[in-house]
Amino acid sequence: MSVLLAFAAAFLFATGTYLLLQRRLSRILIGVGLIGHGSNILLLTSGTGRGVAPIIGTADPTDFADPLPQALALTSIVITFGVTAFLLALGYRSWRITHDDVVEDDVEDRFIARRRDGDQMVEEEAQAEREQAREEDRR
Amino acid sequence: MNALVPLPVIVPLLGASLAVLTAPWRWAQRVISLIALTINVVVSVVLLVDVDDGEMLVMQAGGWKVPLGITLVVDRLSAVMLVVSSLMLLSVLVYAIGQGAEESRYASFNPVYLVLAAGVSASFVTGDLFNLFVAFEMMLVASYVLLTLGGRPGQVRSGMSYVVISLVASTFFITALALIYAATGTVNMAELSQRIPELSDGVRTGFSLLLILVFGIKAGLFPLFFWLPDSYPTAPGAITAVFAGLLTKVGVYAIIRSQTLLFPPEAQQGSFLLVLAGFTMVIGVLGALAQDDLRRMLSFHIVSHIGYMIFGLALFTLAGIAGAVFYVVHHIVVKTALFLVAGLVERRAGSDRLSRIGGLVRSAPMIAVLFALPALSIAGLPPFSGFVGKFALVGSGIESDEWAIVAVSLIVSLLTMYVMVRIWSGVFWGEPEDPAIASWIASDESRVPHLMTGAATAVVGLSVALMIFAGPLYDYSKRTAEDLLAPDSYVEAVIGDHE
Repeated sequence: MSVLLAFAAAFLFATGTYLLLQRRLSRILIGVGLIGHGSNILLLTSGTGRGVAPIIGTADPTDFADPLPQALALTSIVITFGVTAFLLALGYRSWRITHDDVVEDDVEDRFIARRRDGDQMVEEEAQAEREQAREEDRR
Repeated sequence: MNALVPLPVIVPLLGASLAVLTAPWRWAQRVISLIALTINVVVSVVLLVDVDDGEMLVMQAGGWKVPLGITLVVDRLSAVMLVVSSLMLLSVLVYAIGQGAEESRYASFNPVYLVLAAGVSASFVTGDLFNLFVAFEMMLVASYVLLTLGGRPGQVRSGMSYVVISLVASTFFITALALIYAATGTVNMAELSQRIPELSDGVRTGFSLLLILVFGIKAGLFPLFFWLPDSYPTAPGAITAVFAGLLTKVGVYAIIRSQTLLFPPEAQQGSFLLVLAGFTMVIGVLGALAQDDLRRMLSFHIVSHIGYMIFGLALFTLAGIAGAVFYVVHHIVVKTALFLVAGLVERRAGSDRLSRIGGLVRSAPMIAVLFALPALSIAGLPPFSGFVGKFALVGSGIESDEWAIVAVSLIVSLLTMYVMVRIWSGVFWGEPEDPAIASWIASDESRVPHLMTGAATAVVGLSVALMIFAGPLYDYSKRTAEDLLAPDSYVEAVIGDHE
């Protein structure tokens, strides 16, 4: 059983990583979700394995299932859920602004990368673009 | 006194819920937030005084014994971090109120800010690795909201990459926790400290590197820093100051705590960390030099100085760790001060582009003084606290015969001076390059609210106080380093508590 779970976790991590490397936020989101599931499965398999419900007084403590990984997995599911909801809202906002959810490059980064060429024209162009971007920022 | 331990977490959280209830009345929110953060400062100072007498304060949440419950611990390192962070959080809140921007525009500012405060405090007091994860998340989720408050295009863009990077780091953290739990059967840090030395070398190294990776992303360590200068400058002015001062340092705290407590001296990644520290310093300062935007320059500069702290830790000697602790405290205060002053500059000059503004030394001499003090301190000029910190680190580096890193840190120190001089000549000397800026400065609108100047002055004053009390603070850092290098007392305080 735990071999199966290990493969499941590995598969989720692999597909999640692929999606995470995409440019679109919607794909990144799905990727993050998959990796999150992978790590939760990993958490579940980190315990001591099967057993009866760990309620003191109902059974012999040596037969108990390990409750801690389940508690940890539950916490992490809740947190991932919350953050995913936030990211969705952010993606929606991005779509409202640009009609797209591509994660863009930083304006300043583009400017500095182009300045490397030392070309005056490029610099002026970048300057204009930067001003425009800042103008948009303000709005 | 043990009952005080959870207060720095509980008080801001209670304040946050009250601030949600009082959302229609901004004055009520402000009163609640100010009271909560003031209580935090007082509690932290009491904890510091108490802990420095020698006893660690331990509290088991809900009274559950060690392997079952969550442990909260305050030792010297946590106490000093609590004091500095609570002071910064309070000053920045006052600044934000004075600024009258995001704080007065959005009802969500105060509650979220208090949750951030609770998350930061929780990271410092927790004695449980999983609880550290929860504290991190609390802090990060609050920071996502604060970063994107306003929803401007620039914020949405940088918010997306910031949230995704943080999420990836959190997933790594969960993975690390799962693996550590599978290998040791516990996530309590004191118990881990006993069990990790029994593991084989390879497993231990793997865990150590995995934790460095996780906390390195949050701390902005080379090569994991690239998200930081992209996202911090787009946040609302006052918020950038808190992020710059505190969030990365929570990551540094976690690295120091986990490496010293969980891993025995023979399992340290000393030389690996030294290489990382060297690259972090150099890349950060070079990045800062290339910028034209004041806040981006300062953001890159945070990265550079994270290197100094890691340098101290990597030596793993008493003097090295003492230097690192001193440097963290110094850097939190000075960096927050610099960002607050950058906010004043932006308000007074109407822009934060070095190529557009200038001549502030005449139009706003007060701001010039407020900038000069922390700038000289961060550049490491005597007699400022930055000098004391760098002197301690370089001294310990020479003691350990790590000449390469000593040379790098001295060169970076010079470059830091150059960055500060560039800012100074761009912002304060000369004339405004842009006529629009000149007329803005002459207008009445550019007047800086007194509350903003007051809060910035308070933080700058604190950085000057660090210089005056550098001696006692360094002694305290040394005692902290002694504690950190002898984790047995921590383990005994936590586990011996109930036997």
